[in-house]
Amino acid sequence: MSHETVAIIWFGLWGLIWTIYFVLDGYTLGTGMLFPFLARNRQERNQLQEAVGPFWGGNEVWLITAGGATFAAFPAVYADLFSFLYTPMMLILFALFFRAAGLEFMHKDDAPLWQKSWKWAFTISSFALALLFGVAFANLFYGLKIGPSGYEGTLFSLLHPYGLLGGLLFISLFAVSGALWVMLKTVGDVAERAYKVARPASVVATVVLSLFFVATSNRTPLFNNFTKAPILWIVPALAFVCALLMLLFVWQKRIGLAFTNICLTIFTLMATGFIGMFPNMLPSRIDNEYSTTLFEAAGSELNLKIMLGVAIVMVPIVVGYQLWSYKLFKEKITKETAKGYQ
Amino acid sequence: MSDVLLLSRFQFAITVFYHFLFVPLTIGLIVLIAWMETQHVRTKNPLYRQMADFWGKLFAINFVLGVVTGITMEFQFGTNWSEYSKYMGDIFGSPLAIEALVAFFLESTFMGIWLFGKDKISPKLRAFSIWMVALGTNISALWIITANGFMQNPVGYIERNGRIELQNFWEVVTNPYAWHMFVHTVVSCYIVGAFFVMAVSAWHLLRKQHVEFFEKSFKYALILGLIAATATPFIGHKSASFAAKMQPAKGAALEAVWETKESLPFHIIQIPDPENERNIVEFLTIPKLGSYFYTHSFDGKVVGFDQIPKDERPNVNIVFYSFRLMVALGLYFVALFWYGFYLYRKNKLVESRRFLKLVMYSVLLPYVAINAGWVVAEVGRQPWTVYGLMRTAEAVSPISLSQIVFSLVSLVLFYTILLIADVYLMLKYAKKGPYTSTATKGGEIQHVS
Repeated sequence: MSHETVAIIWFGLWGLIWTIYFVLDGYTLGTGMLFPFLARNRQERNQLQEAVGPFWGGNEVWLITAGGATFAAFPAVYADLFSFLYTPMMLILFALFFRAAGLEFMHKDDAPLWQKSWKWAFTISSFALALLFGVAFANLFYGLKIGPSGYEGTLFSLLHPYGLLGGLLFISLFAVSGALWVMLKTVGDVAERAYKVARPASVVATVVLSLFFVATSNRTPLFNNFTKAPILWIVPALAFVCALLMLLFVWQKRIGLAFTNICLTIFTLMATGFIGMFPNMLPSRIDNEYSTTLFEAAGSELNLKIMLGVAIVMVPIVVGYQLWSYKLFKEKITKETAKGYQ
Repeated sequence: MSDVLLLSRFQFAITVFYHFLFVPLTIGLIVLIAWMETQHVRTKNPLYRQMADFWGKLFAINFVLGVVTGITMEFQFGTNWSEYSKYMGDIFGSPLAIEALVAFFLESTFMGIWLFGKDKISPKLRAFSIWMVALGTNISALWIITANGFMQNPVGYIERNGRIELQNFWEVVTNPYAWHMFVHTVVSCYIVGAFFVMAVSAWHLLRKQHVEFFEKSFKYALILGLIAATATPFIGHKSASFAAKMQPAKGAALEAVWETKESLPFHIIQIPDPENERNIVEFLTIPKLGSYFYTHSFDGKVVGFDQIPKDERPNVNIVFYSFRLMVALGLYFVALFWYGFYLYRKNKLVESRRFLKLVMYSVLLPYVAINAGWVVAEVGRQPWTVYGLMRTAEAVSPISLSQIVFSLVSLVLFYTILLIADVYLMLKYAKKGPYTSTATKGGEIQHVS
């Protein structure tokens, strides 16, 4: 296996790890965003906490792994991406603090101010994370203001209409995912309220996804790779089909299928983005010669091969025990038995 | 030194200290909880289960902050030390990725299983889950220290394509510097965990409440702490003498050695004067002992600062006093644990109010000692970020002053909020004791079954 081949495989793995993270944390962030609107009292909040409690930590490690994999396999991308987007990265970090602490600390004291503060910390952070990741990845698809001397933009140059549309797309997709997850995991009033959210949210998500694809076609070079190899069109097409199926299943109230399809939508959406970026990892909007490709950024051949070995062994093991934990907590959570984070 | 560099170093130091307030307790306490769960499986005595539940709750509060402050560390190499990351990433990134894949997934997933499943799953599965968390936390220490070990003692690399590239992975993972640090760190973390359990237990024993519960907890912690504290001077000594051999500048700073000497004496009381490259006070001197510490020979030659260029020396005062503080505290812990063990054997533990109070008031000292140890390791390596290969000044990101000011102020603010909440909750649940929570849980167990 040549250095180039193993670098391309790592690009695929890199995209896959990010994608898994968004599929998994999508429902956790969605549950977080909807949290105060679905739960009206402590018992219901317990239900929602327990719906995500056993899983969110393991889900977040996919993000840490994505960061670690970027560092290990593409050090130059890790260094430039994180320092170019310094302020948004810090905001993501702060939101991660309060998402975690908000969820776990909320019920650890009975003072109303305490509970209210952490509850909103959880909700606002979840919302902020969806927005920030959406804006960040839309900007990666769009191209960053990278010139000969590095990044020439600011935080605000990320907030162009396409970037904001990306933020809105993540928010709407994750909201659907969260609402459907709550319906799958709980019974009672929260599940019914989640359904009331899921219906309009699924319409919004599908519309925003369509707009996003139109904007991607008009505003970004992302679809060039697809024109070169038309077979690849199947991926964005699948994203759109899955979104429509999701919409259909939500209205038919077939929640398991609807949830599967929202996950597939997120999966194929991210796959579309990564295929479109290839071989760039840090595309420049100013001129493609300032872009960083995966070949320029890749680690040494030995390092990539060893890390590939580690990933081939470890990822299936991790997926195995994470699936097992989903099986262990497959029972629906009722108001009466829910304990949440005590 | 530029402002961005200085503030970036501040930010790294502050965030790593915050992170390391939570990590040692995570690593130390989980071993005790796993032991309690194992005893529950073996004896079926519900007391052990109550113990695991009570300490597990405190563990969970601490754990979540260890996780969130850890993410900052992973981001920060890229955000603030991008030149470092580009130059070193080929070797430094892999241990971090492996840490996530092998350790973080394990601890986070099984923590979720234990926390939400503990009233549903069998005692065996409870014990298995908590052992997986313990394994994860300890393995994570191994990989992050493997990464740090490379910064201390670069091995298995080649300089190519304008960066450091991996040449021999086996050398990186068997780096003796890393293994010395790993053993020293993990054993010190057990002291932190043991002290924490003993101090909380002492608080209740002083009030004569839940005596059986806290006497047992105290005993478990005492045994772990006794073993760990007794081993630490030997492990620490090996670690320090090895560090001094590999990094002569750090070595010279440990005892503030200004002149290269054979038969170096050891001064129990010593005040260095780095300005004038001498010691102002050298008191209670033991001849030749210094040489023995460095070289295991009373006549061995010890390298002093006269052989080290001025621009390759660390801040002597910081390293010297941190090292002394750590050693003094380490010896204090040995004495305290052995005295505790003596009282325990005499069955006088619960009546020895003075000893219990001493344990309680000493609870923060292991944190001080372990952080002082890391100051020695990290400040002692300066001005290098990777020893002999890259200076800290070359490693910093080309970010603006306003960016670093924004992040530094926000991080300090948010970390302080989180720390206050954490300490409040830890104190609240530590004082609350076990019975109220287990009573409701008992009720629910019946409800479920």
